[in-house]
Amino acid sequence: MDWNLLITQLMNGLQLGLLLFLLASGLTLIFGIMDFINLSHGSFYMIGAYFCGTIVTLTGSFITGIVVGLVGVFAVGALVERFIARNLYVRDHLDHVLVTFGLILIFDTLVHLLWGPSGMAIPLPDVLNGQVGLGSLELPTYRLVIIFAGLLVAAILYVLVAKTRLGMLIRAGASNRVMVEALGVNIDRLFLFVFALGAAMAGLAGMLLAPITEASLGMGNDIIIIALVVVIVGGIGSIKGAFYAALIIGMIDTMSRSYLDQLLLLVMPGNYAETAAPALSAMLVYILMAAVLAFRPQGLFPPAGVKI
Amino acid sequence: MKWLPATISGRIYASLLLMLACAPFIFEWVHQPFYLDLLSRALILAIAAVSLNLILGFGGMISLGHAAYIGIGAYCVGIPSYYDYYDGWLHLALALSVSASFALLTGAISLRTKGVYFIMITMAFSQMVYFIFLSLEEYGADDGLVIYSRSEFPGWLSMDSSSGLYYWIFAVLLLSLFFTHRLVHARFGRVIVGARHNEQRMQALGFNTYRYRLACYVISAMICSLAGMLLGNFTGFISPDMIGWARSGELIFMVIIGGVATLFGPLVGTIAFVLLEEFLSAITVYWHLIFGVMLVALVLFGKGGIHGWMSMLDRRSADNG
Repeated sequence: MDWNLLITQLMNGLQLGLLLFLLASGLTLIFGIMDFINLSHGSFYMIGAYFCGTIVTLTGSFITGIVVGLVGVFAVGALVERFIARNLYVRDHLDHVLVTFGLILIFDTLVHLLWGPSGMAIPLPDVLNGQVGLGSLELPTYRLVIIFAGLLVAAILYVLVAKTRLGMLIRAGASNRVMVEALGVNIDRLFLFVFALGAAMAGLAGMLLAPITEASLGMGNDIIIIALVVVIVGGIGSIKGAFYAALIIGMIDTMSRSYLDQLLLLVMPGNYAETAAPALSAMLVYILMAAVLAFRPQGLFPPAGVKI
Repeated sequence: MKWLPATISGRIYASLLLMLACAPFIFEWVHQPFYLDLLSRALILAIAAVSLNLILGFGGMISLGHAAYIGIGAYCVGIPSYYDYYDGWLHLALALSVSASFALLTGAISLRTKGVYFIMITMAFSQMVYFIFLSLEEYGADDGLVIYSRSEFPGWLSMDSSSGLYYWIFAVLLLSLFFTHRLVHARFGRVIVGARHNEQRMQALGFNTYRYRLACYVISAMICSLAGMLLGNFTGFISPDMIGWARSGELIFMVIIGGVATLFGPLVGTIAFVLLEEFLSAITVYWHLIFGVMLVALVLFGKGGIHGWMSMLDRRSADNG
C-alpha cells in the first residue's frame, strides 16, 4: 500500500469536508431556524469566489480579497433575506424551492453579465503557492491553509454558538422558534443576521476553493446538493451534526473515488469493477442520505428538542 | 348549446384542445414545421407535468426527482434500439415495468418521510439514477446515445413523420388527462386528496394512507415514463442530462405556472413555460435573468397560476350574469 497516497487522500478528504462544512453550517442554521430551504445557497458560494477574484486582481492582495469578499457576500445575503426570503418563511416548502430555484437563475445570469461566460482564475500569493515537506511527503501549502482556515472557522462558530448570548438565541431558535419569539427576542434581526452569516460562510468556501479550481458560472449548483445531503445527514439545524456529517461525506467521497475500484476487484471481475466503481462512488453519499432518511430521519446529530 | 362548457375557462381549455388537435395542419399550411417541433416538445413535457401534478398537486408529495422517470422512459427506448430492437410494444412494456418497479422500491422508502425530507430523498434517488446512466460507458455515458430509428408499432400510426409522432404525443396526453380526471374523482383520488388535507382524519376513517400514496406515486411514475419514451423518440438522443435535479425543478415550475391540483393547469403551464423559454432565449442570451425574475414574482405575487387567473374570469362573469 502506498502510504503517501493514503495520507494525501486523507488530507483531500479533510479539505473537502471542511469546505462542505462552511457551506452546510449556514444552510443548516437557515434550515433549522427559519425552516427555509435555500437552494440558492450555492450562489453565495459562487459570488464569494467572484468578489474575491475581482478584488485580488485589482489590489493584488489575497487577504484584502477575502475580507472585502466576506463583507460583500454578507451584504448580498442580507439583501436576499430582507427582500425575498423574509416574505417566504410563512409559506410552504414548495414555494421556497421555487423561489430559490428562480434566484439561482438570476444570480447565474447576473454573474454571466458582470464577469462574462469564462471562469476567473485567482492568483495565489507566492507564500501560499509552495509545498511543505513532511518527511518523505510533499503537501501543497495552500491545502494546509484551507484545512487550517476551515478548522478555525469551525472553532469560531463553536464559540459563537455555544458560548455567547447570540449563540444561545440561535440554538433556542433552532429548537423552538415560536418560544423564542414569544420571549420577546427581535426575531427579524436574528433571522437577518443568521441568513447573512450563512451566506458569508458559503462565500468563504467559494473564495478558498477558487484559487485551486477557478471561479466559474454555476460552480455552486453541484456542491449545494452535496451540502444539502450534509445538512440532512447531520440533522437539520445542528451545527455539530453538520461538522461531523461534512467530514464523513468529504472522506467517503474522496476515499471511494480512489480506493473503491480496488475494493470491488475483490468481489467482481476487473472490467465490471472498473465501470461500477465511479458510479458507485458518486452514488455513495446519496445512498448514505437515503439510508439516514429511512432509518433515522431526524439525522445523526439532531439539535436538542427536535422530534419527528 | 348544451355541449359547450359552461364556464369561460372551460371554453378556453376546450378550444385549446381543439387547436392542439389541428396543429399539424395549421403549421403545414403556414409552412412553419419548426413550431410543430416546439409544440411536440411542449406536449411531451406536459405529460410529465400532468403525472407530477398527480402526486404534487393532488397528493401533496413534493418530488424533486421526477425527471428520473423521464430518463428511465427514454433509456428504455434508447438501450433496446442500440441492439436494433425497435419494437414499440417492447419499449412500452420496458418503460412501464422498469419505472413501476423503481417507483415501488424508492417510493416505499421515500414515503416513510414527509415534507422537506421527502423533497430531499426523491432528489437523492434521482441523482442515483443520474449517476447510473452517467456510468453506462456502453451506452455513451455523459456523451449520450443517438437513437437512429423511432419505435415501431406495426399496424398503428407510424411515428416516423413529425405529424405522426405528434398525434402519438397528443393521444398519450389526452389519455393521461382523462385518466387523471377519472382517478381524482374516484374513491382512490378522494383518499389521496383527503390525506393531503388531513392525514390523521383519513387514517381514523380506516384508510391505509401510506399504501394509497405509494400506489399514486407508482402510477405517476409510469405516466411520466411514457413522456420519457416519447421524448427519446422525439429527440432521437438520450443523455443523463435529462435527469439532472434542475430538470425536476423545471417540471415543478411547469405545474406551478399552470396551477397545482387542477386538471389542465400542467398542460397550459408547460406550454407557457416552453414558449417563454423559446421566445425569451431568442431575444437575449441573458434570458435566464428575465425568466428567473418572472418565476420569483409568480410565486410571490401570482395567485394559483394561469388556471387561477382564468377562474377569476369565471367568477367575474358569474357575478355579472
